[in-house]
Amino acid sequence: MSQLEIKDLHIAIGEKEIVKGFNLTIRQGEVHAIMGPNGTGKSTLAKAIAGHPDYTITSGDVLIDGRSILALEPDERARAGIFLAFQYPSEIPGVSIANFLRGAVQARLAEGDELDATAYYKRLYSKMDLLKIDRKFTSRSVNDGFSGGEKKRCEILQMAMLEPLFSLMDETDSGLDIDALRIVADGVNAMRGPKLGILLITHYQRLLDYIVPDQVHVMWDGRIVKSGDKSLALELESKGYDWVKTELVHA
Amino acid sequence: MSTLTETKSLVGCFTAEMFEAHLASLAHLPAWWLERKRAAFARYTTLPMPARTDESWRFSNLGSLTLDGFALPAPAPAAPLPPLGIATAGTLVFSNNRFVAREPLTAELAARGVIFDTLQNALLTHGAQVKAHLLTQSVKQGSEKFSALHTAFLADGAFVYVPRGVTLADPLAVFHGTAGAEAAVFPHTLVIAEENTKATVVDFFRSTDASAQFACGQNDIYASHGAQVTYVAAQNWSRCTLSFQFNSTIARRDAKVLSLNVHLGARQARHESHSQLQAPGAHSEMLALTVAHGTQEFDQRTLQTHQAPNTSSNLLYKNALLGHAKTIFSGLIVVDPDAQKTDAYQSNRNLMLSDDAEANSLPGLEIQANDVRCSHGATTSRIDPELEFYLRSRGIPKAQADELLVFGFFEEVLLKLEHEGLRAALREMIKIKFKN
Repeated sequence: MSQLEIKDLHIAIGEKEIVKGFNLTIRQGEVHAIMGPNGTGKSTLAKAIAGHPDYTITSGDVLIDGRSILALEPDERARAGIFLAFQYPSEIPGVSIANFLRGAVQARLAEGDELDATAYYKRLYSKMDLLKIDRKFTSRSVNDGFSGGEKKRCEILQMAMLEPLFSLMDETDSGLDIDALRIVADGVNAMRGPKLGILLITHYQRLLDYIVPDQVHVMWDGRIVKSGDKSLALELESKGYDWVKTELVHA
Repeated sequence: MSTLTETKSLVGCFTAEMFEAHLASLAHLPAWWLERKRAAFARYTTLPMPARTDESWRFSNLGSLTLDGFALPAPAPAAPLPPLGIATAGTLVFSNNRFVAREPLTAELAARGVIFDTLQNALLTHGAQVKAHLLTQSVKQGSEKFSALHTAFLADGAFVYVPRGVTLADPLAVFHGTAGAEAAVFPHTLVIAEENTKATVVDFFRSTDASAQFACGQNDIYASHGAQVTYVAAQNWSRCTLSFQFNSTIARRDAKVLSLNVHLGARQARHESHSQLQAPGAHSEMLALTVAHGTQEFDQRTLQTHQAPNTSSNLLYKNALLGHAKTIFSGLIVVDPDAQKTDAYQSNRNLMLSDDAEANSLPGLEIQANDVRCSHGATTSRIDPELEFYLRSRGIPKAQADELLVFGFFEEVLLKLEHEGLRAALREMIKIKFKN
């Protein structure tokens, strides 16, 4: 079983430190939720682990099965098993979902190996069926003119096709109405299992009604201030983030 | 002494002796054509080379525009056709200025009067039509001298004639090949589409080896009332070739012409394209895709001339630049005084994949009517780092991510082509350029 270790991670944007000593270990099969108010470093954490060039990791480490991934390029990290489900997925006009995913699958083959197109489409269609996505979807440009719900479903489809070891899901619920949220959550739940570790970043407890986490962590000012089981999310919901500020941070 | 030197530099290797020998080889062709060629050669010898002060050559590298060191090539064996992967209504293959092979038209199209033949044959069998449309429109964007050179040395090319009311479902393909060092070629394609016809013609320009060559081609498109013509030119000369290509498009009442030029090859390529909208309802869609890399220079000059009311034109030229490449786009929309209700647009978009590449854009309008809608725009942008990160976060390496984004950038233009097979064939050609 693989594990993703985040060790005393410090992340800065320019000169400003955002994440200040974050520690967490996620094993395959586990779902961890990170909750916290805006600006506390949740998205920064996810993007920096995926290798976004705007974020500088100033100290600490991120390891998959004991091997640091911090020296890897973003695409190498992805191939090592990291998947980032974006809060705001990019729109890429002119690049069809089919071609884009094909490129991503091809990149995972050994040098010189050609993609088996028939098998690829078969797998793509079976994942789409699983996620209840219309097949016409594949010829559309990636996220171009998509509704919020379509964009998130497109993220889940990519995750299903690429079968990462660990998925960092950044505010997956943002911009979704309740129906879209349910569809996306069904997709995530369908993929949940012993092969996938999930880090679920959310601002609201609402998402956790649909994707029930094994552990909940409260993040404040760049680090985890409290961890617990799913009941912590409910407690947080009823007491609000002020409770975190007064009880947890200054306790 | 100085006069001698000057004359020599005006003519280069394309001397009177070479011209006389060329003309002698065409003695079987109609006298009017040989006369036109003589007049063209005379123009060629007297017209000056482009000068630094010529506005129509602004930004162009004039130092490398040489007329020396080339020769009319010996016949070359026909190279095997690259697999197109699409059904065609017919194919003509030229190599080193000579016709070498064909796949004839289907019997049905031939029976309906469609002609797809060599220019030499057409000059003999359909002289009147050829005379009316072959090289009758003067080049106006700076290359008068090189256009005259083309007329003087044009030996053979493709002739397409679509009679009234005929629709061709599949494209007609023409291959223009060049083989051997110093070879000078003068490809030509003439398309005459009569009333209410529909046809697609594709010119493929390619070198069969990597040597330094000279290509000076031209194509004439005449779209009569209600004709719908799609013309694609895919230029993939050797990377050492000096290339000139001139296009003349005439659209008559309600005619719709779409032309797409894909520029991949040559060390320096000058392309001039002129659409004339001559009668109400005429429309010209002028498209180009260029992948410029290494030290390549692509110099594109366009003219949209609206000569009648209620005409429209839409130009979209997209360049992707890598390495130390350079592109020039200079476009002009001209609206004649009585061409009211003209709707004309012109857009040049450059995607820079290198800090050392250079894209120049010179859009222009010359409007003499008062009730028109004309606009132009030029943009130069880089690969969006957020998009690149998005692709890379899926495991796609940087080079492939950038390639995908370039294809995404080009897709807007390719999608204007109706023929899916043709789109795929062009994508494949562009892909190969990225691999090399």
